[in-house]
Formats: sequence, C-alpha cells, structure tokens
Amino acid sequence: MELILAKYNYWIYVFLMMIGFYAMIVKNNLVKKIIGMSIFQTAIILFYVSIGAKKGATIPIIEHHAHSGAIDPAHYINPLPHVLMLTAIVVSVSTLGVALALILKIYHQYGTVEEDEILEQIQ
Amino acid sequence: MISAAQIPIFIVIVPFLAAFLISIAGLFKEKYCQPLSVLAMSVSLYAAVATLIHVINHGVIHYHLGGWPPPIGIEYVIDHLNAMVLVIVSFVGFIVSIYSKKSVEQELPDKIPQFYTLYNLLVTGLLGITITGDAFNLYVLLEITALTTYALIAVGRGRAALSGFNYLIMGTIGASFYLLGVGHLYIMTGSLNMADLHQLLPSLYGSGAIFIAFLLILIGVWLKMAFFPMHGWLPNAYTYAPSSTSCLVAPLMTKVSVYVMIRIMFSVFSPKFTFQEFSFHEIVVWLAVVAIVGGSLFALTQKDFKKMLTYLIIAEVGYMVGGVWLANHNGIMGAVLHILNDSMMTLCMFLVVGIIVYKTKGHHFDNLGSLYKKMPFTMAAFTIGALSMIGVPPTAGFFSKWYLILGAIDANQWEFLVALIFSSLVNVVLFFRIIEFAYYPSFSNQHGDAHGSEKIDEAPASMLVPLLIVAAGLLVIGVFTGKIVTYIIQYTIPNGL
Repeated sequence: MELILAKYNYWIYVFLMMIGFYAMIVKNNLVKKIIGMSIFQTAIILFYVSIGAKKGATIPIIEHHAHSGAIDPAHYINPLPHVLMLTAIVVSVSTLGVALALILKIYHQYGTVEEDEILEQIQ
Repeated sequence: MISAAQIPIFIVIVPFLAAFLISIAGLFKEKYCQPLSVLAMSVSLYAAVATLIHVINHGVIHYHLGGWPPPIGIEYVIDHLNAMVLVIVSFVGFIVSIYSKKSVEQELPDKIPQFYTLYNLLVTGLLGITITGDAFNLYVLLEITALTTYALIAVGRGRAALSGFNYLIMGTIGASFYLLGVGHLYIMTGSLNMADLHQLLPSLYGSGAIFIAFLLILIGVWLKMAFFPMHGWLPNAYTYAPSSTSCLVAPLMTKVSVYVMIRIMFSVFSPKFTFQEFSFHEIVVWLAVVAIVGGSLFALTQKDFKKMLTYLIIAEVGYMVGGVWLANHNGIMGAVLHILNDSMMTLCMFLVVGIIVYKTKGHHFDNLGSLYKKMPFTMAAFTIGALSMIGVPPTAGFFSKWYLILGAIDANQWEFLVALIFSSLVNVVLFFRIIEFAYYPSFSNQHGDAHGSEKIDEAPASMLVPLLIVAAGLLVIGVFTGKIVTYIIQYTIPNGL
C-alpha cells in the first residue's frame, strides 16, 4: 500500500500506458487505435513531467528568489524533463497528423475504417 | 573558407536545408527537385567520406553543437563505427537519388517535390541518428526518420496505406519504449549524454531501474529493426512502398537500428553490463536463430520477388543481432562488417526490383520471364547480388558470414552456425529459382509473341549506372575486406571485451 501511495505518479502513468497499449493492439477501428496511441504517448509525457517535480519547489526562474541570498537547486523544480517533453509533444502531434492522413487515405480507398472489413476486401 | 573542424555538421545540415529548398523549388519548377537532391546528397557524401578519413588518421571526433560543452550541450561523436555507417547512409542516399528520377516520374508523377522533400528529411534523420552522441536527440531523429518513412511508404498503391498505418502503430510503440528507457536512465543518472551516461552508469549496475531501462530500450530498438517476433510490420510495408522508397528504406532502416543497438550496448552501457550483468545473451542468440530460420522459411513460401526479399531482410537482421550478442571479437566484427555488406546487397537487390517494376509494371515471379535476354546488364548485377546474398567467396557477403561463423564457434553457440548455413542453403534455392524464372519465358507469355519479347530492352542509363556501381562495389568490398577490417572494423570492438 505504501508502495502505491509513495510512487502514485508512476502507477498513474503505467495505468494510462496500458490503456493506450491495449487500444493500439486490440481495437478494430483504426481511429480508436490512434486514440490509444495518443494516450500511450501522453502517459510517457506525464511520466517525464512528474519526475521533474519536487515538493515545495517553485518554477525555475532565479530572479524570483534573488532576495534570499544563495541559490539552492532544491528550491526549484527540474526544468529539463519539461523542455524535453515539449519536443516529445511536437513529435506526438505530428505522428497523430500523419496517422489521421493515412486513415483518410485508407477510408477513400476502402470506404471503411474497420480493420476486419478492410482485410475482408483485400482477401 | 570553411574550416576542417566544421565538416561533421555538413553531413547532416546540407540534406536538412535541401529539404526546405526543394519544397520551395517545387512550387516553381518541378524538374529542379531531383538535381537539387542529388547535389545535397553528394555534398553530404563528400563530407562523410572526409570525416571517415579524418577519423582513420586522427581518431575520434567530438563536435560540440553551438560550442556548448557536453553534458549540457548536444555533442556529435564520430568514431570508426559511426563514421562507416555515415558513409553507408550518405552513399545509399546519393545512389538512390540518382536512380529515383525515372522511377518517381513513372510511379508518383504528381508528387515529385513532396517525394524529394521527404527523401532529404529521411536521409537527414538517418544521418542524425548515426552521428549524435545524445540519447534524447537520438529519439527525436528516430521519430523524424519514422514519420518521413510512414509518408513515403503510404504514397504507394494498393495496400500501401494500410501497411504504412500498421508500421506507424508499431514504430510509435518502438520509439515510445525507447523514450521510456531513456527516461529511466535520466531518473537514475540525471544525464542524457551517451559518454556521460557511460561514466555514471557502472556504479548503478545492480539497480532494477537500470535493468528495466536497458530492456525497454532494447525492445524499442528491436521493434524498429523488425527483429523476429516483432517483424510483422516490415514485409507489407516494404513490398507495397514505391520502388524508390524501398530502395532507400530497405537497406538503411534496419542497419541503422542495428547500429543504435550496438551504440546502446557498448557506448551507453558497457560490454561488462551487457554480457555479464544482463546475462541474457545466449537467449538473444537463440532469438536470432529463430529470426534467421523463420525469415528464410517465410521467404521460401513467397511468390513475389519483392516480398521474398523483405523476408530475407528479416533473416539478415538475425545475422547482425546474433553476431553482436555472441559476445566475442569475431562475432562483433562479423556483425559490423555485415552492416556494410548487407546494406550494399539489399540496395543492389532492391535496385534490380525497381528496374523490373519500371519495365514490367510488377514484381511477381510472372514478371521475371526472359529477363536475362531482355536486360542482360541488370541481370548480371542481380547475379552478383544473389551470389553475395548466398555468400560465394569473391563477393562481399562471404566475408561477414565467415566472421560470424568463426564467432559462433568461439562462443560455442553451434545453433547459430547451423542457422547461418541453413539460411545460406535456402538462399541458394531462392536465388537459383529466380535465375531459372528469368532465363525462360514466363508461362503466361508462352502462347503469345515469344520471339518479339526477347529483344534487348535494357533499363535507362540513370537507373542502370547506379545499379552497376553498387554491383561492382560488392566485388570491391569483397576484395578489400582485409583493408576495411584493418582500418575500420577492428576499432569498433568495445574496450573491455
């Protein structure tokens, strides 16, 4: 129980990631697969964002604490994972865009976005 | 005047800027797109070769982007291994950009600027993956490569869009696993620079998080390279892609992923961790055996030339992964040499397929009838490529296979030796069957004008010359294997093995 409460951020990301993973693998509808993919990527982004946070820390702008003398890193949250995730968000948005464009092309070609119906047409 | 120290950045930045230039040029004159692409690739190839020579003469290059020293800034690190991979990538990019002109005009007449824009971005991504010394930078470039590949595959006809979509799903899972692994490393060490990680990790080797990080990164990279149980996306994606796309993607994507795996195993982690703490290397070699045997057997069941080749790629990935995980000098040397040889062999084969598609509009076995009479030069190049895939001595394929076999004997992993020999025998069957199909007229043609169809009808020079260069290259690499091993390959073996 303590393990769950102390590291709840990790449990949340694992839970979300498994939801996304399930949807990507199991769902028959291509759009639902894409929704799963988004959840999957968002879970990883949350994981990164949560590891930068600290209890009682503030945003990493040094001027805010200039009056208190020496600068202590413990007073600031770690900005690096957040900055990395800006890039990861851009990547996931563009993946989503490409995926939706592909679904559009598939829909024009087969007239459906259900995977089993498409495979039936190919047979 | 550009100083010599700045050369490494040109390898990556030139194709990157060319991508934008091409998309602008495409608005005005479509015919400028392909020459611009060739120009960018030749500059990149020149810079890559210059870098390789510099590395051979003076040792490892560290290039700090924007002058920021690592671990804060992003660093390019070029040693013998990735200098070689850079030359391979830019060479394939250069050859295919010349070759693609006719093929793209025929298959994608209304998408020429888009094709070359994505083409340059794809090569940029592959070069960037190879050159970077930063674990997160590698992820971003991996996704740049993947996104452009999805688009380049999906512009094909037939099932291309659906196969591209399946690749997108699997590729995203792979890249996400990699990102998650890097996240675990960052939590434990607070660094993303590969050299820095290499310094920081040894004190943490007992930790479960590091173990999981290694496993996640490996699974991610294996998904990207289509290692056997995770290969499902590859055959359809590469078969239904346009010819020029598959010529570029098939030789490079899997090989660059193998390079990433070697980089993670030895430069981020260390041989000690990979082979002693992780201690699964015998299982991985068994997986490689399954990949080789499975890939070969699936290839046997195909009735389509291009699809048969895609299954052979899966078998070849097994060669390289197995070779690295044999955990001895000969195995790793064989695997690194096979990165070079296999990319050239696969390129040769897919160039032949591209020409066959250009001339006969298909890549089924039925399309191969009488090709030896119609296209003697193309089929001569094909024969050299086939002999190299089988592993006949003067060609390149023999030497890497030889090192891999020696490595299997050194490691006492006889199952890998058996798999290598089995796959060579299957390749004999596969390629001699193709040669037979191509010597005689196909069944569907036999009633019709058999005499009329046997005139020489060779491919255009812009497709034939690149193919002949690559085929000659297979022989040259084979003859000079000793020199390549002395100057490049032997330095790629990690310290402490």
